[in-house]
Amino acid sequence: MYIGQVAGTVVATVKHEAFAGHKLLLVERLDLNGQPTADYDICVDTARAGVGDRVLVLDEGNGARQVLGRKVAPIRAVVVGIVDDVAL
Amino acid sequence: MFLGKVVGTLVATQKDVSLEGLKFLVVRRLTVENQDEKGYVVAADAVGAGLGEVVMVATGSSARQTVMTNNRPCDAVIMAIVDSWETDGIEKYNKGAGDQ
Amino acid sequence: MQLARVMGTVVATRKYVGLEGIKFLIVQPLSKTQQPAGEPVVAADATAQAAPGELVFIVGSREAAQALPETFVPVDHAIVGIVDDVDV
Repeated sequence: MYIGQVAGTVVATVKHEAFAGHKLLLVERLDLNGQPTADYDICVDTARAGVGDRVLVLDEGNGARQVLGRKVAPIRAVVVGIVDDVAL
Repeated sequence: MFLGKVVGTLVATQKDVSLEGLKFLVVRRLTVENQDEKGYVVAADAVGAGLGEVVMVATGSSARQTVMTNNRPCDAVIMAIVDSWETDGIEKYNKGAGDQ
Repeated sequence: MQLARVMGTVVATRKYVGLEGIKFLIVQPLSKTQQPAGEPVVAADATAQAAPGELVFIVGSREAAQALPETFVPVDHAIVGIVDDVDV
């Protein structure tokens, strides 16, 4: 998992049925100083996150399917939480 | 997947028992402009490709999703033989046109 | 999952069993600002309707095969949606 920041939203009408009803977020990966890196993921939102939120991103298929309650899904990146605080 | 050309065969008599029966080919990567790249992989062949053919290679855990590579220590598999491809509306490779 | 631009098409008659009828497209992965990022890859088109020039999003690794009718197939990238809009 990594810490990200929601930079925006992605709208796709034509998509695999596993994405139906899910909001897609463009999430920038943050470094340990909280700065955006060049890496990002288009994520399925399960935490009702909004633009600007710092979020916890899961980028792994088995876990994603578990969170989404599906046996099969072409989904890896999922926003699973909104980060309140990180203590380093 | 990436596009590549089969440039060799690989024989290894002494190998992990789980690799027995797999046919290995050496595949050189091609750019989408059909230029040779420096990079290559050794891939298991799941479609009966031959020397000189242009193929598609799947890598990573996806490479184990064939009957012959399932649960085997293999990270690249040839899963299609390419007839032709085009980018930006321009044909970059055509098998029928001979080697390019 | 990442943004990508469809660059072209690949024709392959001889394919691994289970991939019959699947369209393969050459896509250029994009950065969050939609600039080319990394090398082009060949992706299976799970939407069955993506066309050259279109902005799509792709899923990599093992989850790619889960976008297809037959899920036990050697596919490492799949187009899972056609993007209408990115709001960043």
